[in-house]
Amino acid sequence: MELLERFAAGDLEAFEVLFRQHQKEVYAWTVRIVRDTGIAEDLTVETFWRIYKHRAGFKPDGNFRAWARRIATNAALDHLRHNRQETTLPENLPSASRPDGAVGRETRDCIRRAFHELPAKYRLVATLALVEEESYDNIAQAAGISESLVKVRVFRAVRMLRKKLNFLRPEVATK
Amino acid sequence: MSNEEIKNVKELLKQAVTPMQNTELRCDLWPQMLRKLEEQPLPIHNVSWFDWALASLAAAALLFFPGIIPALFYHL
Repeated sequence: MELLERFAAGDLEAFEVLFRQHQKEVYAWTVRIVRDTGIAEDLTVETFWRIYKHRAGFKPDGNFRAWARRIATNAALDHLRHNRQETTLPENLPSASRPDGAVGRETRDCIRRAFHELPAKYRLVATLALVEEESYDNIAQAAGISESLVKVRVFRAVRMLRKKLNFLRPEVATK
Repeated sequence: MSNEEIKNVKELLKQAVTPMQNTELRCDLWPQMLRKLEEQPLPIHNVSWFDWALASLAAAALLFFPGIIPALFYHL
């Protein structure tokens, strides 16, 4: 019997083999979304727990890697939903722009906070598309949505960020 | 909003939220996985709540309207 068939049948040894084969990749994907190594480790374990729980629904001729990545994305999204930061941004910021085009530390903190305030589904695509520069196609597959919906969410995330940054400092938003 | 504006926000964002440099896993997570499997054993019967609700409804119908049992057998 093939490894994936044994896993789908509930063989713990087959699951262990798959776990060891894919844990690094699942972790690497998750840590890029949640940006915290400890949380990413916990979510990797949570992802494989979900994988094992739903093993009966996995078709042995399917793509385990893609399936695992999708479950990992959902686990990370659940985490972002439950840990969304609700902070108030200061209205008076010190000078934002520097001559070299970079922004000051406090402005960076504000951008970071504005980013963390994005609703989870927008933060997910914004992190992967804008920060990690992952392709829309990969994001769509991992999130189980269409590529056009990824583009829409990136667009909306940018618009939300711009709105927040406009409120903070117009010159930063229009830089 | 143009592509240029998206690019501007992207540049700003990348100054505040830098891409993850180190995505290497530091340790084997299998022992943690085993611990989780022991702590949260999987349900023996992986039946969704909806299936249980449906089965309960059918059982209640048979209990309260036993007259439908012969009709059910007739149609089987």
